[in-house]
Amino acid sequence: MADFGGTDLEAFRAETRAWLAENYPASLNAPMGEDDAPWGGRKFVWKNADAKLWLDRMAAKGWTAPMWPKEYGGGGLSKEENKVLEQELRKIRARPALMSFGLWMLGPVLLEYATEEQKQKFIPSIIKGETRWCQGYSEPGAGSDLAALQTKCEDKGDHFLINGQKVWTSYADQADWIFCLVRTDTSKKHEGISFVLFDMTTPGVEARPIKLISGSSPFCETFFDNVKVPKDQMVGKLNGGWEIAKRLLQYERQNISASGFGAGGGLDLVEVAKKEIGVDDQGRIDDGDLRARIAAHRMDAHAFMLTVRRAEAESKASKGPSAAVSIIKYAAAKMNQERYELMVEAMGLQGLGWEGEGFAKDELAVTRGWLRSKGNSIEGGTSEVNLNVVAKRVLGLLDHQ
Amino acid sequence: MAVLNEEQTMLRDAAREWTQENAPTTALRKLRDGKSKATFDAPTWAEMGQMGWAGVVVPEEHGGSAFGYLSLGLVLEETGRTLAASPLISTALTAASALMLGGSEAQKAEWLPRIAGGEIVATLAVDEGSHHAPEKTALKAEKTGDGWVLNGSKTFVLDGEAADLLIVAARTSGKGTDGITLFLVAGDAPGVTRTHLSLADSRGAAKITFEGVEVGADAVLGEVDKGWAVLEPTLDRARAGLAAEMLGTATQAFEITLEYLKTRTQFGQVIGTFQALQHRAAKMFTDLEMTRSCVEAALEAIDAGQDARATASLAKARANEILHLASIEMVQMHGGIGMTDEHDAGLYMKRARVAEALFGGTTYHRDRYGRILGF
Repeated sequence: MADFGGTDLEAFRAETRAWLAENYPASLNAPMGEDDAPWGGRKFVWKNADAKLWLDRMAAKGWTAPMWPKEYGGGGLSKEENKVLEQELRKIRARPALMSFGLWMLGPVLLEYATEEQKQKFIPSIIKGETRWCQGYSEPGAGSDLAALQTKCEDKGDHFLINGQKVWTSYADQADWIFCLVRTDTSKKHEGISFVLFDMTTPGVEARPIKLISGSSPFCETFFDNVKVPKDQMVGKLNGGWEIAKRLLQYERQNISASGFGAGGGLDLVEVAKKEIGVDDQGRIDDGDLRARIAAHRMDAHAFMLTVRRAEAESKASKGPSAAVSIIKYAAAKMNQERYELMVEAMGLQGLGWEGEGFAKDELAVTRGWLRSKGNSIEGGTSEVNLNVVAKRVLGLLDHQ
Repeated sequence: MAVLNEEQTMLRDAAREWTQENAPTTALRKLRDGKSKATFDAPTWAEMGQMGWAGVVVPEEHGGSAFGYLSLGLVLEETGRTLAASPLISTALTAASALMLGGSEAQKAEWLPRIAGGEIVATLAVDEGSHHAPEKTALKAEKTGDGWVLNGSKTFVLDGEAADLLIVAARTSGKGTDGITLFLVAGDAPGVTRTHLSLADSRGAAKITFEGVEVGADAVLGEVDKGWAVLEPTLDRARAGLAAEMLGTATQAFEITLEYLKTRTQFGQVIGTFQALQHRAAKMFTDLEMTRSCVEAALEAIDAGQDARATASLAKARANEILHLASIEMVQMHGGIGMTDEHDAGLYMKRARVAEALFGGTTYHRDRYGRILGF
């Protein structure tokens, strides 16, 4: 990659801008609804053909994974170029071309730990959005204590045989492949775990959606009954999966965090409160107590946003994770839950509609979002586990166990 | 920690080393027990002046180094760690800012070099009651001939007794933020009476009364009746800088407490292994990190010449909250020893509450933040 000076970056910016003007489909200028999310994969039904076109065009340039190496279909951009691309995409309010666990979680660890053959086989289809991946981590007996997982993986000579159960597998019913933690040695805990990949259509795999309190079913129970997996689909060493698993969790938490669980989308809390409660002669929300709590929350959200920005700037400068990263997932969960509680409170009963007449679409989304947000402090590591991690790894306090 | 340049890294490291060595908490105890009523130790301040700390934000043509507010924040964070009492906040931060923002060329040339050199103490006299309320400025200034005459009082003025220069917010007309005018008044001007107010933080402040104090037309800083245009950004610089000092104080309180959790043994194990304490420590760390982001963002916004009103209020409110919490937890997690005067926990708690109230408490800044954002 050429060493881009300022002039070259500006040239790149001009090219990017021109390309986007030419290639971003006009029909995508409308705001993206929740059911427009471009997940890709074999089973995916594209509601809007232009969204697929946008994915194909971006994927052809490798810009769904702008900084991944070109040899696997990535964009091969430098950090500086990627920043320019992000800025230009933001400028036209472009929808994401692809949302994908493959991009956010699996791809980065494959680049780090997989063999050349595995990279060639799996990475290009992630970039093109052809394969949708799900994450086989939690089990009924292994939640916060993830390393207690028991899904058995036996070496049968020419293949592995997998038996067991996963739970809270996001979108397992819609995924094509799974990256899965399995037990390959029962005599050890962390050192007996391996990291395998397999097709969800393999005989013996079954995914059953779990209905949540919000009424939606983003998670599944996933069962494995004598599932045969080719031996070249293990990533890293036999019994060396825990390191990869933890690495992937870092990417997951980083990703959850940067988006703040999507807080800020949908209705604006302040506008809702002004409308539902009214304002005084100075334009202040006419409920001093609630107004103060909304202000405190908005300040938390502002502080959170500044912290995400600082963590990014610091890790770019030092080329290592900043201490601030460790607290971001915990803070994001707290903030999003607080936002929804305040939203429901500000809306009164109008914010608790379940379905049907009398409620606007975005009002009903508040009820569902409020319930869904309760999972934020559980998924991707509970808040309590996050605090344990900070206490132990950042503050150097000894394990309480 | 913000991404620092080489000069800033050197400044921070030098400040850390110097304050730990020359202005530790024992220096504050000495000041307290000396009964001199001084709000700082003069030789310590003189040394700070020699090191250039008083001129960090002052432009080069007026004898400063023009390193900016983020840089001054680095120094304040270090003095905050050891509770070093000095006129950095009153003089190098607040008064220097007011002069830079509102001063005529002549005023800047007269005062800024002396501030930058640490030769004088200057301070902003704004509040008149127990709560920060610059909008309620009532001290009266009336036109007489060519000049003005000031009548009224100010209270809780930082380093007010030692100040050579007072920057006084006065009411010249109107109400609220309209009709305020800033005046430069000599600390020993006839009609100025200063009384020491001894506060729990051992630094104290001054009550100052103005009885028929006469100043010339050239004493006006900025424009008549439009002092708010200078006062508000000056206060935001004071708030952001004080927040940096408080971040340092909170960080030190936290680190001392964390060290204690790692060494104190009960029930046959160090108390830091107890999850109830671990989670409280981890939450404090989270708040410290979030506060750091806010403080640095406010200082950076000021350096970049951006509207820093919302971030300054955010930084001060956040610093108030984390220092409040860290000072309470410092006493609680130390147990009985934390209640003794021999331990430093009490010093941190006392300084915390005074700093929290200065330039606006948490509710003041929450309310202001809401107003700025239009609700």
